[in-house]
Amino acid sequence: MARTKKQRKYDVSAHQLVPKHSKLNQKDTKALFERYNITLKDLPKILANDPALIGLDVKEGDVIAIGRDSPTGGKITYYRGVING
Amino acid sequence: MAVEEYKDKLPLKIQEELNEIIPKNTAKSKLNMINEQVYKEYMKMKVEPGEGVGLVAAESIGEPGTQMTLNTFHFAGVAEMNVTVGLPRIIEILDGSKAISTPMMEIYLKSPYSKGKNIKELATNIKETTLKEAAKEISVNISNSTIEITLNMEKLKILNLNVAKLAKQLNESTKGFHVKAADDSISFKPRSKNTELNEIFKLKEKLKDVYISGIKRIKQVLPVKRGDEFVIITAGTNLHEILSLDFVDTTRTTCNDIYEIVEVLGIEAARQTIINEVSKVIDAQGLNVDIRHIMLVSDLMCHNGNIKGITRYGVISEKSSILAKASFETPIKHIINASLVGEEDKLNSVIENVMLNQPVPIGTGLPSLVSRKVPE
Repeated sequence: MARTKKQRKYDVSAHQLVPKHSKLNQKDTKALFERYNITLKDLPKILANDPALIGLDVKEGDVIAIGRDSPTGGKITYYRGVING
Repeated sequence: MAVEEYKDKLPLKIQEELNEIIPKNTAKSKLNMINEQVYKEYMKMKVEPGEGVGLVAAESIGEPGTQMTLNTFHFAGVAEMNVTVGLPRIIEILDGSKAISTPMMEIYLKSPYSKGKNIKELATNIKETTLKEAAKEISVNISNSTIEITLNMEKLKILNLNVAKLAKQLNESTKGFHVKAADDSISFKPRSKNTELNEIFKLKEKLKDVYISGIKRIKQVLPVKRGDEFVIITAGTNLHEILSLDFVDTTRTTCNDIYEIVEVLGIEAARQTIINEVSKVIDAQGLNVDIRHIMLVSDLMCHNGNIKGITRYGVISEKSSILAKASFETPIKHIINASLVGEEDKLNSVIENVMLNQPVPIGTGLPSLVSRKVPE
């Protein structure tokens, strides 16, 4: 799906529906893969042009850590792999 | 209080609860024991490997779904604002419908507007207005073959428009006509002499629905008081344009169209919206479904970066097994397509094994025996 290319005047990450997205560095990515014994393709995906990733400078193959507010577990971290779409 | 050792092992929510319940001056040894016991209980409550969580979720959402009413209802006291609720809404969300039947927005406002300042004006300015709402009369003068529009000046004043501005706008949206503005009217004259009368009538009908001000796709507005602040509820959505307005609180304003949320706020916001919308319907019906089931479904729908509905074009089409796909809908089509290209079924999942009367790979059927060959 084509994401809106229009200029945004508002801050997407400030919206209450959008949890904090951050890019994992190489070391943390490797640690994550080893901890769960997975590869990038086993992770859920996020498109590189996702509005929540504006300003993060991501490319295909990066891993994004998402700090969700879970109603059952408090704060939890969810991971998504970046794909071009 | 949670002991250091268990800080990584226990979820934050449980730690917070422990902090609340346990008195401050508890001895360290007792704390340790409490933490250990809590951790044991927590591990017991976790879903076991191989549990059929999807099946449990499907049943847990499906069974209360049979008790839902099938109606739409009216906003209390306000005419002509219907909202889809109940089972039709659930189906709409989980199918990932692109065109939902009642798109709505909740627009939160920045202070001082949230306290009610100019609330009516703001609301009317947001609403998409067509020419017929700002005109008193649209008539065709047959002898001169012109169209004459008498304008409602009060309405124009609220909309911040004047006749000249409006005439310019109309000039852009019509071709082959001279647009002439007078004090409180606008007239259209065809450029060429031999324009047929039915073209003029066609233009007249077209003019009625010409957009003149407001935000497109916002069909109705309704300012309401919620708690101690004012919120504008709209029928029709246009999240991007609304968030671009400077009097709107961009951190809380939402809409119920999941595809619009993906486009404007991203996949994680869409996942949260699916959860919120489904729980809203279920709560409104007085039913009780654990949020974990809804979270599982919406995680599945959003797992590859785009929204996929629970349909044979969405989530089901991602299944690797042909038999599993065929068992959902249109079995013959799937089987024919698979046989044409010679697809293979690895029988890794549940439903194809049920069909073939084999143990299913969930629960106790999941583990299999691995033996190590001892070298002689």
